[in-house]
Amino acid sequence: MFLDSDLLMSVLRALTPILLAALGGALCERAGVFNIGLEGLMLVGCFTAVSTSWFTGSPWLGVLAAALASAAYSLILAVGAVTLRGDAVVLGVAMNLLAAGLTSFLLRTVFGVQGTFDDPSLAGLPVVGGFTPLTYLSWAAVVVAAVLLSRHVWGLRLRGVGESPDAAATLGVNPARHKYAAVLLSGVLCGLAGAQLALGNVTLFSENMTAGRGWIAVVAVMLGRAVPLGVLLAALLFGVAEAVGFRLQGLGLPQQATDAAPYVVTLGALFITTARRRGRTPRASRGPRTPGTPRSTGSTRSTDPSGVAS
Amino acid sequence: MARTPDVRRASTALRSPVTFSLLAGVVIGAVFLVGTGADPFAAYGAVITGSLGADGIGATLTTLTSVLGMALALAVPLRAGLINLGGDGQMVLGGITAAVTGLYSPLPPSLTAVLALLAGTAAGGAYAALAALCENRLGVPLLVSSLLLSYPAISLASYLARYPLKEPGSSLPQTRRLPEGVALPAFGSSTVTVGLLVVALAAGAYWFTDSRTAVGYEIRMTGLNPRFAAYAGVDRKGLTLRLMATSGALAGLVGAIGVLSFPYRFLDGSLTSPGYTWTGLTAALLASASPLGTVLASFFFAVLQVGGLAMERTTEVPRELTQVLQAIVIVFLAARLRFPRRRGASGGHQPVTQGEPA
Repeated sequence: MFLDSDLLMSVLRALTPILLAALGGALCERAGVFNIGLEGLMLVGCFTAVSTSWFTGSPWLGVLAAALASAAYSLILAVGAVTLRGDAVVLGVAMNLLAAGLTSFLLRTVFGVQGTFDDPSLAGLPVVGGFTPLTYLSWAAVVVAAVLLSRHVWGLRLRGVGESPDAAATLGVNPARHKYAAVLLSGVLCGLAGAQLALGNVTLFSENMTAGRGWIAVVAVMLGRAVPLGVLLAALLFGVAEAVGFRLQGLGLPQQATDAAPYVVTLGALFITTARRRGRTPRASRGPRTPGTPRSTGSTRSTDPSGVAS
Repeated sequence: MARTPDVRRASTALRSPVTFSLLAGVVIGAVFLVGTGADPFAAYGAVITGSLGADGIGATLTTLTSVLGMALALAVPLRAGLINLGGDGQMVLGGITAAVTGLYSPLPPSLTAVLALLAGTAAGGAYAALAALCENRLGVPLLVSSLLLSYPAISLASYLARYPLKEPGSSLPQTRRLPEGVALPAFGSSTVTVGLLVVALAAGAYWFTDSRTAVGYEIRMTGLNPRFAAYAGVDRKGLTLRLMATSGALAGLVGAIGVLSFPYRFLDGSLTSPGYTWTGLTAALLASASPLGTVLASFFFAVLQVGGLAMERTTEVPRELTQVLQAIVIVFLAARLRFPRRRGASGGHQPVTQGEPA
């Protein structure tokens, strides 16, 4: 059959890295930091995971190192955007570029190969019940993030910082500290995502192996409105598109069509959700807008720098 | 700036984000070089001689054609605070359109070359306009719509080059060679073509529009303060559409020039793998999209890209280092520069520092 348990497994496997990264992105979004460096953070995680696992022989140390390295790498965004008040979008683009260059550079200087490092003795993550432990961790992370954001005082403060830093500061909440925490957490989650990609889904490192997954995670954050459960559904959509596309490839569809499928599906989903949201908002917002408010369509948050939440 | 004394001027230049970032990039690059056991002076020397020496200048100018073209493509919307992340897709679509036109046009060769150039430009422009429409009509942010549209375009071109248009008998994913004469004339025996002049003309047109016309003023005003611009009656949606169409057209032009130059065919990946789009974006960001600065920054990055190869030959340091350098410059710049973009109610208290011409 076409829809069998194999497909479900491959959906869930494709889902894991995107889900982890997107959860990190959602935390940042909630704290009012627009993080489009997810792709670069994941790539750093991939490389660190593979190189640590290779040199120590332990995939677990690889996972740990990946989380730490990506968290350290995320400091670029934290320092640049929060402390120095630089432009988060430009920083994110630069982080992605830097990660691509740095990992390719290190691949050649450390492993002496170009393109792909692949060795049979490279230890990957163990598989328990069809999935790596990181997959189960990603599901747990959804629950934890959901509870944290909606029920816990820290999550409430984080949201407050994102929605109105000045008001939060007035109430004694340190906006910078919460933003740093969110960005560093997203670094950890992206590091885990990278480890899952490089030691779970496959056991190798190749240049730019994230192949746009970080960008898909950015879109999943928007699509899921930065709510953990919404992000899960959005990432699931992408997982289905990737797995089904891969399956269709076996049925003779050219690889290029299946490569493009996730992006087309994601774009389609964005169209539908924004159209539905517009349909639901009162008529008034569709009429001629006042010139002073260039873009706001019923979104709750207007703090992110590029207006992405609208 | 001109009124300040020379000393003050020098110190301002040093404190300018652009100079600071460039210096930081060079210094950190030197640390990397020492880390890999290479002599930084020898390595940087190899970058300069390899890119500007007699052997390298041709390659540098060829690279400059693509880098400057893409930098202009990304600078045009950036001037108004918009970021087009779909340059790759628009460029590749322009390239494959130019290849199809060049292969199947019944016109004489020289006219076909012109037609292919125009067709590539139009294809890129139309595709970028689609991304603008996604934002204007469907509410999908430009940043995301342009990026997501890029991937299907690359896949489509890749499919065409691998299956329907593939050169029979070739092991490479490439189209047939364009007919004899369907090419941009080259200077002497070099690979530098008239394409460089076309791109230079585009740069000139951008400078003129930016500094001498009402449209250019509207664009700059939108970049500096979108709310004021909207208040003053600038039609934001129309502006987005026109800027994106221009941006995509320039990207498509770069793709078409790439196909109409050596090796005179569309080879899958040959347009995207050198990373012209990202280099171009970096150059445009470095220059805050100012016309003259964009040209200078593009030249700088073309030198780096070509010189990186020479550095790899002489010092065995991987050429990827130049990509690292380039990204470091932008990391520092992004942290230092409050780039003019539209913001929400919060965060925009600092005065905007428009980048000085580099």
